[in-house]
Amino acid sequence: MIEDSGKFDLNDELKTQIETILDNHCHDFTQIVGILLDVQEQISQHYIPKIAAFYIADKLPIKLSAIYDCITFYDALSDKPRGRYPIEVCDSVACKVNDNGFLLETLKELLGIDFGTVTYDGRFTIEKVSCFGACDRAPAVKINKIVYGPLKTREQVRDLLKQFV
Amino acid sequence: MENIKYITENFGKYDISSIDSYMSIGGFEALRKAVAMDGDAVAAVLSEAKIKGRGGAEYPMGRKWSQARVVKRPHHCVVCNADEGETCTFKDRELIKNDPFNLIEAIIIAGWTVNAEDAYIYLRAEYACLRPRIINAIQQAEEHDFLGKNILGTGWSYNIHLYSGAGAYVCGEGTALIRSIEGKAGRPRMKPPFMKQSGLFARPTCINNVESLSIVPHLLRNALPYMQAGTKESVGTKLISVGGNVNKPGVYEIPFGISIRDIIYDLAGGVQEGRNIRLIQFGGASGKISDDRILDIPYSYESFAANNLIIGSGSVLVIDERTSVIDFLRYTQDFFLHESCGQCTPCREGNRHIRIFLEKIKNGIHTDEDIRTMKTFATVMPMSSLCGLGETAQNALKSAFTIFPEVFTVKKSAGGI
Repeated sequence: MIEDSGKFDLNDELKTQIETILDNHCHDFTQIVGILLDVQEQISQHYIPKIAAFYIADKLPIKLSAIYDCITFYDALSDKPRGRYPIEVCDSVACKVNDNGFLLETLKELLGIDFGTVTYDGRFTIEKVSCFGACDRAPAVKINKIVYGPLKTREQVRDLLKQFV
Repeated sequence: MENIKYITENFGKYDISSIDSYMSIGGFEALRKAVAMDGDAVAAVLSEAKIKGRGGAEYPMGRKWSQARVVKRPHHCVVCNADEGETCTFKDRELIKNDPFNLIEAIIIAGWTVNAEDAYIYLRAEYACLRPRIINAIQQAEEHDFLGKNILGTGWSYNIHLYSGAGAYVCGEGTALIRSIEGKAGRPRMKPPFMKQSGLFARPTCINNVESLSIVPHLLRNALPYMQAGTKESVGTKLISVGGNVNKPGVYEIPFGISIRDIIYDLAGGVQEGRNIRLIQFGGASGKISDDRILDIPYSYESFAANNLIIGSGSVLVIDERTSVIDFLRYTQDFFLHESCGQCTPCREGNRHIRIFLEKIKNGIHTDEDIRTMKTFATVMPMSSLCGLGETAQNALKSAFTIFPEVFTVKKSAGGI
């Protein structure tokens, strides 16, 4: 089910940003995946709130169900609030055999959260993702498009987390 | 070992943000040559070089282009598949990162050859950081009239559009990829109609991998070094991504025909801390596996076929003795379970059930019946799945049956429960 994001405030600033994104995509509904990715990037919690999805469905000749078909199908799109810095941990074989288990456990322990929850200050979420093509830096994580790795010690992980305020 | 640089020739040689810099090292000369040639002649060059699709499907590229150009329907288009989702494959990342203009030039040549009006680059969301480079390269090519209307005075018009994927492995499959560009969820569809007849937006479509395309400008400029490299059946060079438990993981360009031992122990610096190799997987998650018995076979299409292996996307994933075969298969199965689009039953359920059987083997509670059923599923899935994902998901498992039969034997004490 779609998480209720009723508390989310679709303010005028965001509306303008969405309009600009739609303009950049020529109001072309075939570019919906790109539009949703761009909108998600504008929202600090990196997800598509229900109200934003409704708003886009209203502006384009596309059904809300088709929008949610995309949001739920693609891993890069989320309908649930994430941290400001979602930590995507590569969980493919190349990272697994380079002990990403240690990395996952360390992250969980340092942040005090499990998968699918957000840290109390809204900064981080931990997510397992499929290979993002950084096997030469295994075990790797990706935070807001940037890859960090290899992360093999507790100190490295701690230093990484300190960068994000 | 000799260091060959053919596909990677331009790496580091020019300023990737400037088209002038690219042109100063001979950029867009290949395009000028191509537009002076007939499309068939360009396709013939590729056929002569025996280039097979480098994304994994290994379809002869020259044939693909000559078939695409004769389709008698209007509005042809070209799609560049930059959605390399196979695990341990990151060669396209390096190509886009270090040589974006070469890719743009290649896409224009592809368009010229197949009489296309548009090209679409489908870049995986994971490589979003490379978007600005591509956008910049497209813009500069437009400014220099290599794109747009009346390119190089030929009267031919052509544009390149950049689309983003959104993190779905299955979108590397052609029909899923085009659906994703069309703004739908990327679920594959049945073929026919084939891409070349009715693909993206129902237009005749020619889909090529980044690496396959990237070779073309080099070939048109100077084919000789490429033709001299490699073996008789596998001409030229290949980009391979080596990863896993090796000391120097990375992307390397190699001539076909060098031994796997050279790749792992010379290029990639050997296995971490000198451990033994448990298994090697070639061609990504959908590739086949073997153990160290194949270390001395040459890396070429023909010798791989003889040894029941595939080159596929060109990845070499080395797993050392710390990981058991069953654990490796479980990891691979987890991947396919997650990435299966769930549309067709054999793939959706097959992956799920094989995962359960692997778990049983891991816990030592499997029976002969389980193994038989697992083997049946692994045989049925490729025959009945809708797309390449379901067809190839059990490649690793099936090769494990032959290479590591001992893993699947039922221990007397545990069996018969």
